[in-house]
Amino acid sequence: MTAPTDVLDDGARVVLPPRRTRPQDAGRAHGLLVPTGSPVHVLPAHTKLVALPALAACVVLVPAGAWWALGACAVLLLAVVALARLPPGRVARRMLVEVPFVVFALLLPLVATGPRVDVLGLELSRSGLVGGGTLLAKATLGVLAAVVLAATTTSRDLLAGLDRLRLPRTMVAILGFAVRYSVVLVQDSRRLGVARAVRGGGDGRLRHLRAVAAGAGTLFVRSYERGERVQRAMLVRGWTGAMPALESRPATGREWLAAGAAPALALVIALAARVGA
Amino acid sequence: MHVPDGFLDLATSVSTAAVSVGAVGLCLRRARHEVELAGPAMPGLVSAFVFAVQMVNFPVGAGTSGHLMGGALAAALVGPATAVVCLTVVLLVQALLFADGGLTALGTNVLLMGVVTVVVGYGVMRLVAAVLPRRRWSVVAAGSAGALVSVPAAALVFVGLYAVGGSVPVPLGRLATAMLGWHALIGVGEAVITGAVLAAVVASRPDLVRLARTTRAALPDLVVVGADGVRRPVAARGGRAVGPDRPDDDRDGAQEGARPGRGALAVALLVSLAVAGGLSLLASASPDGLESVAGTLGFGTAAADSAVAAGPLADYAVAGLGGAAAPVLAGVAGVVATAVVGAAAFALAARRRAAR
Repeated sequence: MTAPTDVLDDGARVVLPPRRTRPQDAGRAHGLLVPTGSPVHVLPAHTKLVALPALAACVVLVPAGAWWALGACAVLLLAVVALARLPPGRVARRMLVEVPFVVFALLLPLVATGPRVDVLGLELSRSGLVGGGTLLAKATLGVLAAVVLAATTTSRDLLAGLDRLRLPRTMVAILGFAVRYSVVLVQDSRRLGVARAVRGGGDGRLRHLRAVAAGAGTLFVRSYERGERVQRAMLVRGWTGAMPALESRPATGREWLAAGAAPALALVIALAARVGA
Repeated sequence: MHVPDGFLDLATSVSTAAVSVGAVGLCLRRARHEVELAGPAMPGLVSAFVFAVQMVNFPVGAGTSGHLMGGALAAALVGPATAVVCLTVVLLVQALLFADGGLTALGTNVLLMGVVTVVVGYGVMRLVAAVLPRRRWSVVAAGSAGALVSVPAAALVFVGLYAVGGSVPVPLGRLATAMLGWHALIGVGEAVITGAVLAAVVASRPDLVRLARTTRAALPDLVVVGADGVRRPVAARGGRAVGPDRPDDDRDGAQEGARPGRGALAVALLVSLAVAGGLSLLASASPDGLESVAGTLGFGTAAADSAVAAGPLADYAVAGLGGAAAPVLAGVAGVVATAVVGAAAFALAARRRAAR
């Protein structure tokens, strides 16, 4: 994973060049990026950071039960996925984060109020069925939008985009360290788990809680001390207290238009559905 | 517990996002001093730690395992302001890179899991730490208590948000009961795990635990062992950690030793007032779990009313007041009364401790 902070030469005015993404190592190095060089990948990150949440917001605007509008939004998002040339299998696998929520949506017809309908011998709430279905559709489309964002943008570009969108510099810096070191710490914590397992701990009994918690405690102490060491290393290399800016180019009008096309279409669909409802 | 897109309507999502931006901005300001001196690496690494520890399976008994939400743990370890910033960063990473939690619901998720769990958890921790004896284990106990309350508190706020902007009509009483019951259970797991992790950190590096700085005697004297092998104890300075001097954004805690800061007290009181005032409105609209069970099973009438049933606050409504104002007033009055009684008890305990 590329981090913006691994070159710190002379303080505040250093501008870091974007790393070139090599196709052969990108899949591993950038974990979540699926490099295909499609038109969606090429768009500047900040346009995508505005367009995809806007698209998700338009989907949320669609009133419950307006199935044609949700279907149209789904077609629109799938068109974006196709345009980005993302492999459907990998997109589907990433969408599994949604599963815990699906359970809740399936419960809704059982608990919601309103008139009841009989489905397969179960007395279900009509509004719960419609609402649960709508929720499921909206959440799925929202996850799809987020997957497109993560699969078409490197984490470095994402940070640069957030910077361009005026997220406070401190926040961008913390986010950069978090993205960079979360990979390291997750691996650290996995190694702790392996070490515990080979010593006969961690088979899920309560008496192993202490061992697992001790591992987590150690992980905290290690990360904190690592943070102190990183800071000292930065001081030695002339840290002045300000993060260097991340280089990113401004978007042209055409790029904004291209990025805004999908949310604009979704907005038209959502408004039409609202007026129709 | 990540809220996905489409769960709450757009207006609610936008308003919670505005509240979150304000709260996180405030915390960023409060933590600024710390970030300027310690650099962005430390909070970045703490965020990465929260991210990693959320993936750890903790065995919590009966063959089940639980995940940590981490708000209360982070608050106990690095203080509330930094913890809010770190959790926001974690939620940002999860939403933008892992599609976990909706893009439009990001503000809601930050409010629930970043701000509410940390603020409520830390408030409870400070209050509990203030009454417990000044021992090392009090830090662990206080941290657990904070974690225990923080999860249902977030669930309660979620129910409040759902009442305002929920997309499917679910009976609120039932939703509140289900959410609170389920999250009370999760809270117990969170408390156990938070306590265990805190105990592990306190055992090795007590100076890194921010909560320990507020309980003076939780900090052992520093023993300096010279090159000649002579051990020399160095007394911990009042209320401050032994060890590297760090800027303390938590000034009141540093100066007043074990007493909870006025800020933390005020926040806790405000939150309780808001919860009691706002949510008693919902609670009163439908009978609670026990009452509804009692109603269906038919023993409701058999239950004898308590001695205060005829009092002015009976059944959480102010006598002589109708409509929506009554339960709200009753809730607020309850919190004020509890606070007054609690303050009196604290004062008594403090006087007894001083006399000893």
